Amino acid sequence: MSTASSTEHAAASHGHEHPKWLAHHFDSPAQQFDTAKLGMWIFICTEILMFGGLFVAYAIFRGQEPQMFHQAHEHLNWRLGAVNTIVLLFSSLTAALAVRQSQVGDRKGTSRYLVLTLLCAFGFLCIKYIEYTAKLDHGLLPGRCFGHPWFGDHCIGGGAAVLPAAVHGLSTRAHMFFAIYFMMTGLHGVHVLVGIGVLSWVLMRNMRGDFSKGYFTAVEIGALYWHLVDLVWIYLFPLLYLVG
Amino acid sequence: MSTHGEEDLLNTNYLKAGTGVKSWLLTLDHKRIGVMYLVSIIMAFFLGGVFALLLRLELLAPGRTIMTAAQYNRAFTLHGAIMVFLFIIPSIPAALGNFIIPVMLGAKDVAFPKLNLLSFYIYVIGTIFALFSIISGAVDTGWTFYTPYSTSTNSSVVSMTMAAFILGFSSILTGLNFMVTVHKLRAPGLHWRRLPLFIWGMYATSIIQVLATPVLAITLFLLAMARVFGLGIFDASLGGDPVLFQHFFWFYSHPAVYIMIVPGMAVVSELIATFSRRAIFGYFAIAMSSLGLALVGFLVWAHHMFTAGISEFAAMLFSALTFLVAIPSGVKVFNWTATLYKGSIWLTTPMLYAIAFLIQFTIGGLTGLFLGTLATDIHLHDTYFVVAHFHYVMMGSTVMAFLGGLLYWWPKIAGKMYDETIAKVSFALVFIGFNATFLVQFIMGSRGMPRRYYDYLPEFRPYHAFSTVGSWILGLGFIVYAYVLIKSLRSGPKAPPNPWGSAGFEWASESPPVLANFREVPTITRGPYDYHLTTDEELFDGFPEDAPKKA
Repeated sequence: MSTASSTEHAAASHGHEHPKWLAHHFDSPAQQFDTAKLGMWIFICTEILMFGGLFVAYAIFRGQEPQMFHQAHEHLNWRLGAVNTIVLLFSSLTAALAVRQSQVGDRKGTSRYLVLTLLCAFGFLCIKYIEYTAKLDHGLLPGRCFGHPWFGDHCIGGGAAVLPAAVHGLSTRAHMFFAIYFMMTGLHGVHVLVGIGVLSWVLMRNMRGDFSKGYFTAVEIGALYWHLVDLVWIYLFPLLYLVG
Repeated sequence: MSTHGEEDLLNTNYLKAGTGVKSWLLTLDHKRIGVMYLVSIIMAFFLGGVFALLLRLELLAPGRTIMTAAQYNRAFTLHGAIMVFLFIIPSIPAALGNFIIPVMLGAKDVAFPKLNLLSFYIYVIGTIFALFSIISGAVDTGWTFYTPYSTSTNSSVVSMTMAAFILGFSSILTGLNFMVTVHKLRAPGLHWRRLPLFIWGMYATSIIQVLATPVLAITLFLLAMARVFGLGIFDASLGGDPVLFQHFFWFYSHPAVYIMIVPGMAVVSELIATFSRRAIFGYFAIAMSSLGLALVGFLVWAHHMFTAGISEFAAMLFSALTFLVAIPSGVKVFNWTATLYKGSIWLTTPMLYAIAFLIQFTIGGLTGLFLGTLATDIHLHDTYFVVAHFHYVMMGSTVMAFLGGLLYWWPKIAGKMYDETIAKVSFALVFIGFNATFLVQFIMGSRGMPRRYYDYLPEFRPYHAFSTVGSWILGLGFIVYAYVLIKSLRSGPKAPPNPWGSAGFEWASESPPVLANFREVPTITRGPYDYHLTTDEELFDGFPEDAPKKA
């Protein structure tokens, strides 16, 4: 291994300004930025595989009992689902605009769009809360809770599930639909919460003045994560609310 | 860098750059994190090993020997779960990989040092969950957690599945970190065709970790939900499907087998090249076969389920796909063997482990074909034949590679040499003990001894007794191995930078490396196995006198 030219290399990298935010193991800001972005893309692959398991479960059980899925889905409020879809799509737009503003060094603009994105995220969760409450009122929680509004007796804990013969005109087997519904939207909801955490952190750093034209990595990868949250919902909405 | 003080620190021996417990627990240095992983997995290996010895002792004679049937069920579950999730999956990647990968790449650290430390602590949290599960009644489902038993048994399944869930995230983040590191942090001149085969293997492993582990996470989460809320996805009586659990589980756990073996192959490629003192035969083929295993590994999961009631067509398809695994595996074995031919072989202990790997992996791999064949699998399924097969691959191959790799890189990690003679004694004990323990298991398995059974027919007694005695030799071998490491730490002579005369890039660093790995960013001008392009100075600087010189 030759180290003859490496002295030059080291000297060159030292000659450039070495900003505070550039970690010691990177040579250039571009390298650090690309590294962070690649990391987030790989993480997104992981997330998609994680949801993938639930999508497979959905496909299998819907394939087995399409009619049950059709009946059960009518208990979901597609209007609220549609509103949430629009809210999330809009929030993806504002997240992308936040990245754009940080690229041109507009700190205020970045903050503005991040706040809008966060408001959309909270709006999404509020609507989800209304939907979940209705399901709980109707005793549509899956598993042992099925048929028992809110958390009835024997809902949590050991023993086999004792399910009533019918709930709101649905056969007992409809609890499978709600099992998948709650797992998928629940996991997605957790991702919305994590997204809120990530974007709040980005917003805080932006307000502190951490970012500039040359350094906006966190804004970019935060927005990338938020697009994933949006992407998953784009599939969940038609599959769960619009079963035809 | 910004200040002079920092510059000095980066050029200090990593073991001396900072003192005190805190400088270790909060370190962002990949080498120290690797060492912390090393200590943790050795403790996990010890714990799993104690369970293994207890199991073998119980099986010494039919009927009750030292424990009840219920205790036995818990012991084999804990042996499996600890060895798989706490030891073998993080063993080579998280411990040796963390230490060696950035040094091999000529990088100063992994791509995300904070994430690296976070994965270590996630591992620790997962371990705490696992220990909690052991204390609060343990699990008796087997490490596979099959439904419906796992949803109905009253042992502490939830905490153990949560442990595996959490450990999975540690594995994902480590894999992610390594993938990005390989892509973005290679030294100038280190293009893909010059990557060491260890890096290729770890890269393939990382792909599997990133893509397969999340499926296990969601599966175990659904299992925990089934226990807590009675969620019916895996419960046939509620309209769910217990076989779906097996599909999901093996969709992760078969690729996970490659998470365990591909790093072993990665280590062996380095050992064989270094100690044959010649360019590795078929470099590109070995590199691609690692990626090939990563790909094919995702397509064969249902061969664990031939007797679970899957359709005949699916079984045939998965059986045929399973045979594909033999191709990349065979490519590796033949290329390693061809590397030995006309090499100047130096039989150090690491090389002995590499040769043991070659022999035992061949046995483990070929018996895998018996199990991939539908007709023989129906006979051999869930017998000791399967136990012997996967122990030949997991222990006879991966653990051998780990033991060899640890000694090979020990001078780099500890900065000290180990006692070659005692190390050879420990190798002999491990090699004999391992084969004594598991070779007979092929025989009793093919004669119908089922796995996971507490009691057995008297005709199996000689095999079981032989196997148990073998496990004692094996245990003794590990004690001697531990002694070698401790003795080296206490009184080993200082290691030169390149004690093996290897052309590998990591040996151009100091022993032990400085905090930034190299004082100056290295520029790579040749491949890691290009012995014909090396200078004597590179190979023999600080090289022991009695070693064979360059051929």
